[in-house]
Amino acid sequence: MLLEILEVYARPDFPEKLWQHVLLSLAALLVAIAIALPVALLIRNTRLGAAIAINIGNIGRAVPSLAILALALPLLGIGFASALVALTALAIPPILINASTGLREVSKDVIDAARGMGLSGGQILSRIQLPIAAPVIFAGIRTSAVQTVASATLATFIGGGGLGDLIVEGYSRRGPEILLAGALAVAILAIITEVGFGALERAFTPKGLKIAQKRGR
Amino acid sequence: MSNPTVLFLQDVLQEPKLIDWEWIGENFWEDIVPAFQGHIFLSFVSVAVALVIALPVGIFSARYRKVYPPVTFVTGILYSIPSLALFAILISIPGVAIGPAPVIIALVAYSLLILIRNTVAGLDSVPPETIDAARGMGLTDRQILFRVELPLALPVIVAGIRIATVTIIGIATIGAYINGGGLGQLIFDGISRQFPTMIIAGAVLATALAIIADLLLLALERYLRPWARVRRT
Repeated sequence: MLLEILEVYARPDFPEKLWQHVLLSLAALLVAIAIALPVALLIRNTRLGAAIAINIGNIGRAVPSLAILALALPLLGIGFASALVALTALAIPPILINASTGLREVSKDVIDAARGMGLSGGQILSRIQLPIAAPVIFAGIRTSAVQTVASATLATFIGGGGLGDLIVEGYSRRGPEILLAGALAVAILAIITEVGFGALERAFTPKGLKIAQKRGR
Repeated sequence: MSNPTVLFLQDVLQEPKLIDWEWIGENFWEDIVPAFQGHIFLSFVSVAVALVIALPVGIFSARYRKVYPPVTFVTGILYSIPSLALFAILISIPGVAIGPAPVIIALVAYSLLILIRNTVAGLDSVPPETIDAARGMGLTDRQILFRVELPLALPVIVAGIRIATVTIIGIATIGAYINGGGLGQLIFDGISRQFPTMIIAGAVLATALAIIADLLLLALERYLRPWARVRRT
């Protein structure tokens, strides 16, 4: 069985499917970041903004990912582009909610102290609020990335390509080795994403915060 | 009436016929209601089974801290495996047939991380003074667990059940691909028949079910945490 699985990975179309999967996930994640972060920055000082972010986050959690992808079919048609739009919509809520709460939870005392030291509004944002909120923002990006890699598997149902193609091929043709090869590839990709973004999250935690976290323990 | 926007909207609403109310009326009892019931069944059974596993494991991990990191590592890996992949892996195991069983196994696996984490966090949140006081009153370890620690941890555990349930209701839709039934069946049938009404019916009902479950469990969580209500006002 192992040998048969490896044979699937040696197929000429495997790198293409893997690349489609990575491209689909990465593009959706980047567009989602490009939309969610500026919005979080814009709404960071308003109470209404926080309420909107939390509600989008809650609704995003309640709508099944399969539902969003399937709904893209009648609205946008079949293919890579409509899968990309659906995955982007799915990737936005976790980033938006984390960025919004992360920026909001920077303590007022710290901001007052910075203002007292003569920092301007822009400086407070770039030197105080963003670095302190960075771990929380990155946690949101990580959640979103893992979720996007998982949902990209479903892109196959609307003709979006990716590793889900192998699972569907294996399932409908009763090819257990193709089914398992696709499933294992997706699982490994998801775990790599989880671990990789975890490392990124630690790298973006400012030194001072790490020391504070250790003391807290 | 010659307004181009109005004409465009009429096109969008009528031509591809996004919602065919006639179909919904005709198939309501035959297709939609059983799918809805199947979805509730899948989600409820999965969360119930997951609780039976997660509560003892969580209590044990809270007591014996060394167990906790490996437990979160294993359940964390299970949690990050995409559901379609996990379904495929499960039905590749000899003896596991397609149907609701592998779907429930996968949904249980996804719930474990959230439920165990919240059980441990809930038990951790019990103040040590409270446990000391209980011991001073002559309660045994078992009595302390069931009469003091678990009741105080319950709101946090219910918060975990709430997150797990909403997650599971969403993932359960994908289970229809391996014949697990539920609202995903409407979505997959809608895709293969190119019939948007079925997709929308499945999507809207699954979302509604998740929101209703979320609100009900939130109400339960608030009810179990009367001290927070008092403090807030």
